[in-house]
Amino acid sequence: MIHVSTTVNGDAHELLCDPRETLLDALRDRLELTGAKEGCGTGDCGACTVLLDGRPVCSCLVLAAEAEGHEVRTVEGMADGENLHPLQRKFIEHAALQCGICTPGILVAAKALLERNPDPSETEVRYWLAGNLCRCTGYDKIIRAVLDAASEMREAT
Amino acid sequence: MRYHTPSSFEDASALAAAATGVTRFLAGGTDVLVQLRSDLVTPDDLIDIKQIAGVRDITRRDDGSWRIGAAVSGAELAEHEALIAEWPGVVEALELIGSTQIQARCTLVGNLCNGSPAADSVPAMIAAGATVSVVGPEGAREITVEGVPTAPGVTSLGPGEVVSAVNLPPRGKGGGDAYLRFIPRTEMDIAVVGAGVSLSREGDTITAARVALGAVAPTVLLVEEAGAALVGSTLDDAALATLARAAEAACRPISDKRGTVEFRTHVAGVLARRAARIAYDRAGA
Repeated sequence: MIHVSTTVNGDAHELLCDPRETLLDALRDRLELTGAKEGCGTGDCGACTVLLDGRPVCSCLVLAAEAEGHEVRTVEGMADGENLHPLQRKFIEHAALQCGICTPGILVAAKALLERNPDPSETEVRYWLAGNLCRCTGYDKIIRAVLDAASEMREAT
Repeated sequence: MRYHTPSSFEDASALAAAATGVTRFLAGGTDVLVQLRSDLVTPDDLIDIKQIAGVRDITRRDDGSWRIGAAVSGAELAEHEALIAEWPGVVEALELIGSTQIQARCTLVGNLCNGSPAADSVPAMIAAGATVSVVGPEGAREITVEGVPTAPGVTSLGPGEVVSAVNLPPRGKGGGDAYLRFIPRTEMDIAVVGAGVSLSREGDTITAARVALGAVAPTVLLVEEAGAALVGSTLDDAALATLARAAEAACRPISDKRGTVEFRTHVAGVLARRAARIAYDRAGA
């Protein structure tokens, strides 16, 4: 087993992990952060997206051991207590989800986009989220929710 | 599986040289971990190079050449404005790979050492005249990028050899490069054909040019005749036609679900022409 010291949503954690264990499995099974989902397990669908040092990654394609000394953020860290992040609120308002499996990954990826680019075009949002597959919505509501959240966040600052 | 985090490339090489089972080096993991997860390749020793000092550094040397550490990700490359200004083709080629999530992890060296003939960044690196720094049991050496892949999934690297960095030559005045690929959609796909062109011009006349093609042979090809077709020209129609014929003549593709032999051969000529135009315009800018 490998000893891993990492930070998840601002909290320091010490984990003992199998060398083959993915960051996704460590988050879900050891830290009980079950927001990130396993869809494909091979980096194609984006359901397991988390931020590693601020960049969205597929946590199914990161070993838990690789998180040593790095900062991880997941969907569980997006809301401020009972107050949802604007992206989360807009996803509800726009009904930008149906089954919800892809939603945590999309929220995390979209948050990373808006941190870099507060005013993305629709095309920029679509390309940024190209690695997050959704089999329910047809994407339009997701894109509109992200653009609306971006607009609200710009007005708030 | 043993997971190693050496602090130098010499140690990484020694670990690999001493290993008796299946060994893989880990940078971004976008191929190695997919193979691991799919039970295609289960390493006995996995050697993570990311704790080695300098592996994520992009450095411009005094002579204008560049050193890109083996673990620099596509996202990091795409944020480096000075590198984009000099080698936009290399950056755009790596940037085409996968999704935002993959970009946060994928590397030039991983793309090269995975050995895929369809690797997007490899034609761009070959066109650029890039080399890689290799550390091995016999010491360090520098080899051309085109000298690395030998067959699909196979490289010329020996036991215990590990690539520590990609080196790009000084761009100099009047230089430009470009990479184009054909895929039947706009994002998230594997090249049916890829074409990289790098050239230098004095005024309107091309003084040097290199052309490389991907996904049209068992390895990415450096097509010397295609580069030669451009030298001395002003990228006139006759030179472009000769370039396209040379590119087509070099193709030895397969027919598969992505494209036929005839289609790939034709598109190789088309993309070589288009990439040459972009590189020429960038060189004149």
